[in-house]
Amino acid sequence: MTENLTAFAYLIASICFIMALRGLSSPETSRQGNNFGIAGMAIAIVTTLLTPGVVSYWMIVLGILIGGSVGTVLAKRIQMTALPQLVAGFHSLVGLAAVCVAGAAFSNPEAYNIGVPGHIHGGSLVEMSLGLLIGAITFTGSLVAFAKLQGLVSGKPLQFPLQHQLNAALGVLLVLLVVSFVGSESSVVFILITLVALALGFLLILPIGGADMPVVVSMLNSYSGWAAAGIGFTLQNPLLIVVGALVGSSGAILSYIMCKGMNRSIINVILGGFGGGGGAAAAGGAAEAQDRGVKSGSPEDAAFILKNASKVVIVPGYGMAVAQAQHAVREMADLLKKEGVDVRYAIHPVAGRMPGHMNVLLAEANVPYDEVFELEEINHEFGTADVAYVIGANDVTNPAAKSDPASPIFGMPILDVEKAKTVLFIKRSMASGYAGVENELFFRDNTMMLFGDAKKVTEAIVGELG
Amino acid sequence: MDQSTLEGANRLAAQAGDLAQNAQLHAAQLAQLAAQTPAAHGSFVSFLTVFVLACFVGYYVVWRVTPALHSPLMAVTNAISSVIIVGALLAAGPMGFSLSKVLGFLAVILASVNIFGGFIVTQRMLAMFKKKQK
Repeated sequence: MTENLTAFAYLIASICFIMALRGLSSPETSRQGNNFGIAGMAIAIVTTLLTPGVVSYWMIVLGILIGGSVGTVLAKRIQMTALPQLVAGFHSLVGLAAVCVAGAAFSNPEAYNIGVPGHIHGGSLVEMSLGLLIGAITFTGSLVAFAKLQGLVSGKPLQFPLQHQLNAALGVLLVLLVVSFVGSESSVVFILITLVALALGFLLILPIGGADMPVVVSMLNSYSGWAAAGIGFTLQNPLLIVVGALVGSSGAILSYIMCKGMNRSIINVILGGFGGGGGAAAAGGAAEAQDRGVKSGSPEDAAFILKNASKVVIVPGYGMAVAQAQHAVREMADLLKKEGVDVRYAIHPVAGRMPGHMNVLLAEANVPYDEVFELEEINHEFGTADVAYVIGANDVTNPAAKSDPASPIFGMPILDVEKAKTVLFIKRSMASGYAGVENELFFRDNTMMLFGDAKKVTEAIVGELG
Repeated sequence: MDQSTLEGANRLAAQAGDLAQNAQLHAAQLAQLAAQTPAAHGSFVSFLTVFVLACFVGYYVVWRVTPALHSPLMAVTNAISSVIIVGALLAAGPMGFSLSKVLGFLAVILASVNIFGGFIVTQRMLAMFKKKQK
């Protein structure tokens, strides 16, 4: 393939990738979008295989076979509740792949036309080290995120003295190493950059708590894009640069949306530690709860209220997914719809463990997507709703976010469930949510607590309705 | 109209014409110069241009993605960021055996996991999004 033809094919692949993202603007066009993505990838791979430098195929075929089958099995088997872990794990692979490619480019620069060993172009060295270090940070950072999401390590923020100073020192060290690498082109420095960046990725994500995982996963998504772009600059490959920019900005936008959903700045999230002081507040709250009156009800009461409602808004949170209650919720909604009740779902931007997670879980339970609404779309409708059915969500419904400037979640946009005539709150106990904040909603006159497992309570209601 | 003003205007018009011709000449020279600059080792600036423009495209396209599909968005961006496999293929492609080939081989495996896994899991998710049955 001539150089021009290759460049042209890469251009087509870039357009396919843009179309893939474009397709996601609505569920109808999304499947077509995914096919565009697959087509773009196929074009990119075939084009590269046809370039003059690629002459030995057995390793490549073997690699694709091994990787492809592992990926296929993982993707087919994964449960939708475990999706965030899977994505975090995948991000780590992109990071490691970037590290490998940077290493390959360093040891055999001729394959990429960027000079000969010992005399690589200065610009390429800068770009190579950037791709390398972002890749390495993405790799270990994603591994930590994976371990936290999978529950292998505690979701609690892990903090120790001088943590931020240490991270800053490592950052400065990285810059010095890159400068020295560009000057010396030494393989020892190359390895040092890799090691320091690996350590930094690990230390950066460690202090971030479980509640902030949606931001972390989006942020690492962004990093994996910038790593690809860095490698693209090294290899002077416009396709990699375009894709890296697309993915990088996509992840950055998602991080921004998630931060806005929690009313926190990205810096605040990265510095971490949120949800650490929750223990004391929760204990205090529990004692207080015994003093203050809480109205609790039975599934029969709830079924009665729901049946006589004309409009019900269901507010699902991650707790619903943990209890695997989404199918029971959908059954309940079906029965209510048969009774002529208008049923809708309201989703908070940070519900779940990654952006859009709750939508996927509801879709899996066959909830039609046109019954599911985002915060801005539905918030004004709580005033006309008879029942708000809060299941597995807590902090995102806490009115303190609007009224109490002292609350750690003050300013966070919340779902105005308290405006509904009756709030049915399904909860295991009176414990506070991730933010460690007491929810004053529990003590309101129009709130009825349904204590118990989300799935069992909902199934009991279904039994009463049926 | 005064005769001298008319002459002056004519002179000015002729000068403007000359200037335009000059500009054309310069533009042609510039284009020739640009064409001579080797494309293969294209300047950093041209790649930076591509990068910055792609960031803008990404910005506008991603803001149009409906929030309901943010999870598939992450999965699919994850899959396409594995286009880094292009670099891996170039490393694993040459004859013989070397460190760079081994690293390339590893990267091919890692990126393939992502490509297959990412696209398949996206497809699985998107297949679940259904409209209300009427």
